[in-house]
Amino acid sequence: MGLSSLGLAVFNPDEKAIENLELGKVPVKRPNGRTQEEAEMEAKLKAEIFLNAHELATITILSDIIIPADKKSGSASQSGVTAFIEFIVKDKPELKTPMRGGLRWLDVESNKRFSKNFTELTPAQRLNIVDEIAYPGKTPKHLSQGESFFTLMRNLTATGFYTSKIGIADLDYKGNTPNQWNGVPDEVLKQYGLSYDA
Amino acid sequence: MINNSIYIKSQQEVFDVVIVGSGAGGGMAAHTLAKAGAKVCVLEAGQPFDPADPKDMTQMKWPYESLRRGSSSSLRNFGDFDAAYGGWDIEGEPYTRKEGTKFDWFRSRMVGGRTNHWGRISLRFGPDDFKRKSIDGLGDDWPIGYDDMKPFYDKVDKMIGVFGTNEGLRNNPDGYFLPPPKPRLHELMIKKANKALGIPTYPSRMSMLTKPINNERGQCFYCGQCNRGCSAYADFSSSSVLIKPAVNTGNTTVLPFAMAREVMTDPITGLATGVSYVHTGTMMEYSVKGKIVVLAASAGETARLLLNSKSSRFPNGIANSSGVVGKYINDSTGASRSAIIPSLFDRKRYNEDGVGGMHVYTPWWLDNAKLDFPRGYHIEYGGGMGMPNYGFGWGIEGLNGRENFTRDGIKKAAGGYGATLKEDYRRFYGAYVSFAGRGEPVPREDNYCEIDPSVVDKFGIPVLRFNYKWSDYEVKQAKHMQDTFEEIIHSMGGEAMGKKPGAENNYGLADPGRIIHEVGTARMGNDKKTSVLNSNCQAHDVKNLFVADAAPFVSQGDKNATWTILALSLRTSEYIIDQRKKGNL
Ligand SMILES: Cc1cc2nc3c(=O)[nH]c(=O)nc-3n(C[C@H](O)[C@H](O)[C@H](O)COP(=O)(O)OP(=O)(O)OC[C@H]3O[C@@H](n4cnc5c(N)ncnc54)[C@H](O)[C@@H]3O)c2cc1C
Ligand code: SF4
Repeated sequence: MGLSSLGLAVFNPDEKAIENLELGKVPVKRPNGRTQEEAEMEAKLKAEIFLNAHELATITILSDIIIPADKKSGSASQSGVTAFIEFIVKDKPELKTPMRGGLRWLDVESNKRFSKNFTELTPAQRLNIVDEIAYPGKTPKHLSQGESFFTLMRNLTATGFYTSKIGIADLDYKGNTPNQWNGVPDEVLKQYGLSYDA
Repeated sequence: MINNSIYIKSQQEVFDVVIVGSGAGGGMAAHTLAKAGAKVCVLEAGQPFDPADPKDMTQMKWPYESLRRGSSSSLRNFGDFDAAYGGWDIEGEPYTRKEGTKFDWFRSRMVGGRTNHWGRISLRFGPDDFKRKSIDGLGDDWPIGYDDMKPFYDKVDKMIGVFGTNEGLRNNPDGYFLPPPKPRLHELMIKKANKALGIPTYPSRMSMLTKPINNERGQCFYCGQCNRGCSAYADFSSSSVLIKPAVNTGNTTVLPFAMAREVMTDPITGLATGVSYVHTGTMMEYSVKGKIVVLAASAGETARLLLNSKSSRFPNGIANSSGVVGKYINDSTGASRSAIIPSLFDRKRYNEDGVGGMHVYTPWWLDNAKLDFPRGYHIEYGGGMGMPNYGFGWGIEGLNGRENFTRDGIKKAAGGYGATLKEDYRRFYGAYVSFAGRGEPVPREDNYCEIDPSVVDKFGIPVLRFNYKWSDYEVKQAKHMQDTFEEIIHSMGGEAMGKKPGAENNYGLADPGRIIHEVGTARMGNDKKTSVLNSNCQAHDVKNLFVADAAPFVSQGDKNATWTILALSLRTSEYIIDQRKKGNL
């Protein structure tokens, strides 16, 4: 306790000691930029195991179908999307069942068609399923749950990828750096037929 | 942790002033009073916060430095880097609503309160905003007017720093402005579209230092992240701009983790003698004595404190002989819409972070006498090539199948995957704009907060129960906002996102409390039967008790509240100094 950098005084410096004594536990170390409560919540989330190795392997393959490497940048899995999804479904528990159930739906569909789990299919076999659930509005009626799952995967993959180092470079986001804002570059103003004098 | 030996410790020192809360109102009071030489004690329920301390700092962090990629959590409702510890729900500190009514209450529990992450839109009220009843017969006039407030707005402008432009607008008065940042591309497009529609667009008025104003604070370096708190102290937050210098005077003691319980009074004189509080970590009970008590815990919390400070002398709560405490609570109205602007597809990349917020805005521009609702609103604009965050790319299946959204005009199946999908994300980046109307409601006696008869928080403090409903006035105003947003979107050649909100959902009118401008719970007035405070924010019933947050507001204005909280707190503090000098307090 005590706001040393702001020079704030507190009446009872012994309070922290009492607090720790009474809690009877070693406090989780507080990383920079996190409050104590956040540090404890995140330590707990990180320790939790939800998705298993098979599920994570399936996520990796699917995410690379959604965001493969191309001329400009790497793939979803190269950017760390699998680890992101592993964490985020624990952090947002409402995603747990749609993710787990969706992955199982996919394996069941794979087995119906090819008698194998999705991870064991050939790339062409995988696309045989994906092509039927990747285009909302065109999905065969009986596969609508697959479409919902694939949409969730697309959203999570895109968010994970474009908030990664690789994805931010791919988007060519130029900010988050000290600068002097002097307005829209001239050639851009010209391109849009705008000016600061109007 | 329940301490077995709850015991009450009372501090021997008697402070000149005890202030509850360190947000906009409490910070300004502490700063003004401590600089004048008063010994000040600030009780703050939350924890310390200093945006320049690496322990607290989140500015300049990348999304991948957050496990949840900047998404919100139960501990930070506006995102993982946002400088608000707390949120809509705080564990162990509930509030309730009366059946059939709605109110959401956002609280920050930290030194500086909600000014650490606020939007920093810094609008002074205009002459009409103090005299609405005289104009249209609805609500009430303030006991003071713009001329009373102008000198204090001027001082706040100069002391804290605000950019903007003097436009000579009668009800959006000129001030002392630093140079505003130039509009971004989408803001120029909005301005052009608005011009065609006769809707004015002006540089926004926000409290970031586009020029340095003293040696204690730096200059804005345009990271666009003010809501995380500025490590250069170039934006206004009470913690870095008011509390820190107040502490540096040597006259201010700030007690974090100190949750005020009650204002204590002398049973004989009826004067306030100090404040009792519970330490939120140890659960031990304390009290601190003061010759003057200033409540600035935010409009809701201040009402709660007043109502909970009961004694035989003040059976309905201190300063509440009128029964008005808690009544007339009102929040700004709010409705919003977003759009995508195809001409911004595949736009050239450059850094347009700018300041943390909009560079242009639209103050209320119409005459309510010619409209079917009595009060105005202003428009806040968003958009641009911001830092990607959790949620980026979400819902692309609703966009990339639209005919006119593809590069070559060939319709593509919605959704999809693979290399062409990647191209879509790149193309749509930075092509969104958003519109938010923020308006004035008509305050009503039957919108109120009160003490819930049966619920207490984890400290045993009875909690607030809200009772709030919008009226037709606000719903019609929201309809007007939605129509205006669509006009602007069409004029820009954009496509509005989602379905236009209609009568079935009150035209998208946000639930009460959601705009986080709650004011009016201990309103000022000249008649002690219909108001809690006099025109100096001094309790009619208790002359050494003052209120310095938004509780004294008689009405909301079509402006955001904080610049007026600051000016009013400054005015109240100077009044206290003056009365002390004269020996009246
Ligand atoms: C997302 C967001 C954006 C906003 N944008 C704008 C904007 O652009 N412009 C604008 O004008 N306004 C804006 N606001 C509103 C602005 O934040 C508030 O008007 C302002 O902070 C209110 O100041 P205050 O001093 O009344 O209360 P607060 O800033 O809430 O401070 C009150 C303090 O008192 C403490 N406290 C409460 N109860 C107790 C107790 N019992 N004992 C001890 N301490 C207590 C709290 O912990 C808190 O620190 C915004 C708010 C939010 C949340
Ligand atoms: S935009 Fe400017 S004032 Fe705001 S946090 Fe960044 S540097 Fe500070």
